[in-house]
Amino acid sequence: MSFDRIREKLNILADAAKYDVSCSSSGGTRKNDNKGLGDSHSSGICHTYTEDGRCVSLLKILLTNHCIYDCLFCVSRKSNDVKRAAFTVDEVVELTMNFYRRNYIEGLFLSSGIFKNADFTMERLLLVCKKLRLEQNYNGYIHLKTIPGASDELIKEAGLYADRMSINLEMPTEAGLKLLAPEKSHADVIKPLAFVPQNITQFAADKKLIKHVPKFVPAGQSTQMVIGATPETDKDIMYTANAFYKNFSLKRVYYSGYVPISNDTRMPILGTQPPLLRENRLYQTDWLMRFYGFKVQEILNDANPNLDVDIDPKLSWAIRNMQHFPVDINKADYRMILRIPGIGVMSAQKIVQARKFGKLRIDQLKKIGVAYNRAKHFITCADSPYQLKDYQGTQIKAFILAESQSKYLKTDSNQMILF
Amino acid sequence: MTYIFDSSLPGLLTAVFEWFERKPGKVVLKSTEIFQPEAFSESFTVATNSEKADRVWAGLQKKLKKDWLRKFYCSYLSEIPEAYNHLFQFTIYIFQNSTGAETNYGNEHVIALAKYAKSVEREKHRMEAFIRFQHTADGIFYTGVNPDFNVLPLISNHFKNRYADQQWIIYDLKRKYGLHYNLNTVEEITIDFTNGVNSKNPSAILLDEKEELYSVLWKDYFKSANIVARKNTKLHVQHVPKRYWKYLTEKQLS
Ligand code: SF4
Repeated sequence: MSFDRIREKLNILADAAKYDVSCSSSGGTRKNDNKGLGDSHSSGICHTYTEDGRCVSLLKILLTNHCIYDCLFCVSRKSNDVKRAAFTVDEVVELTMNFYRRNYIEGLFLSSGIFKNADFTMERLLLVCKKLRLEQNYNGYIHLKTIPGASDELIKEAGLYADRMSINLEMPTEAGLKLLAPEKSHADVIKPLAFVPQNITQFAADKKLIKHVPKFVPAGQSTQMVIGATPETDKDIMYTANAFYKNFSLKRVYYSGYVPISNDTRMPILGTQPPLLRENRLYQTDWLMRFYGFKVQEILNDANPNLDVDIDPKLSWAIRNMQHFPVDINKADYRMILRIPGIGVMSAQKIVQARKFGKLRIDQLKKIGVAYNRAKHFITCADSPYQLKDYQGTQIKAFILAESQSKYLKTDSNQMILF
Repeated sequence: MTYIFDSSLPGLLTAVFEWFERKPGKVVLKSTEIFQPEAFSESFTVATNSEKADRVWAGLQKKLKKDWLRKFYCSYLSEIPEAYNHLFQFTIYIFQNSTGAETNYGNEHVIALAKYAKSVEREKHRMEAFIRFQHTADGIFYTGVNPDFNVLPLISNHFKNRYADQQWIIYDLKRKYGLHYNLNTVEEITIDFTNGVNSKNPSAILLDEKEELYSVLWKDYFKSANIVARKNTKLHVQHVPKRYWKYLTEKQLS
């Protein structure tokens, strides 16, 4: 392949793929037991970070950015005046192998615009996976985008070679999607999303009977929603996410702050800042749901349809529910300790272990990793100073904001500050 | 009272053995490298003894689960002078208390080990992430590294399992030893860099002709993947501290 041509293709097809934010390489279970190349690292590895601070774990490319559709939020849409390119199957295989060998990547994230029709496209994606696995003995990670409308047989076969499959909801609600991508509907997404777990269950059942059942999408499925292109509330977004986690046992839902790429009047105009803080707050809520035992209704409801901008959702919940505080560090359930602002999962676990050896004091909490200045408003421990009056939630918020002015108010960063 | 040891792991374990033999009361453990005789304090030089060390290690294995044995080993690999003393005190503490004492995060040695182990594991993880191999003309994938802690023993298996079908060398330039995987086993090696081999970059080691192509493609990819509208240098540097940039192909000017 010619040097310049392959560079050009890579530039075009990596550029077009980058708006899909999921890059996780976690959950893979593939072992290198055929003395081939690669294995999966259960928690994934970020091999580098882009200058916008996002993890780079996979070679994320499109097979082609030619597309017969015209989704308004997408750079590859038919009506957009961009350079088009297409990789051959072998080019993708070679790039993946050579990047992997140099420890640049954990694997391949392959997606594509739809050329000709869904099955034609899906067949080619499948071919890349098969060549990697069967010809190259490649055991690294493969995340494959399911092409909406592809036939069940192709999806099922792809599931034998991919570690993760995903298909994007794109917009949090059907109405939002219809507005920007009239040819698409959530139903197209739901069908394959439901199909894959059925097969995972089927394969798991077969495994009990027959020994050598191949793995089927071992790292599960994920999806992505674009945030801020359409007028949904945070409540709409998170309720949709919650339903998809529940109904399709998704591994991850990704929230991608919309980066303006179009002048269409239905969309935020070019040059508008992507809603990075909002994206961060949504991820925090997602974590609270998945790892902190919160129900989505506790965080977002009709009275609170949007997340606070100035404080994180965990603090926000605590301040609205001061009746649960202060929590006694030396007595309370693990479940309740997890809900204290300033205490994360690791610290909470250490607290319940350490307190068996004696009542914990402030200095020990600090060493354990508790953000004490934040937590102190919500806890008592062995040597808590005696507090004369109960503060109101609003007062506590003011204290915390005053203390952490610089850190939490200068919210131009999309940093994942987790409580 | 100060115990002095040769900064080897068996030496450290022997020190614990000696302490239980003598019960000299409060003791601080220091390595020969940092020990400075003080006029008014007694010292005792530990003679490393593998039998004694093995007995202490076997004792620890009975008392601690795998995760804590690992924390112990990682803390040792940190090579931090104070870590040696914490390891020494921790071991005594573990032997003097009933099973489960290691979960007492109120104890200063427990928390110290947890912290050292965390830093070392982070460095290990970063090495697994940030190492970039270059394909040499004789077919070996080579990299030179400069880790803060002695993490090569911790990363060996990861690379062996992953790159089972290619020969590779990971060389610790600071500690002057490396690992070579020869398609079967991983062996420790030392390389003599004096005859014109640039240690940072194996430029005198002849690179494969395709090496240039893939490093350029990777740099291109790194640029393309960035979304300019989301630029966040602070976060970028937090994830990829500048001291690691020297390893990263994508951070080298073309
Ligand atoms: S079908 Fe996919 S690639 Fe094509 S325009 Fe819509 S989102 Fe973009």
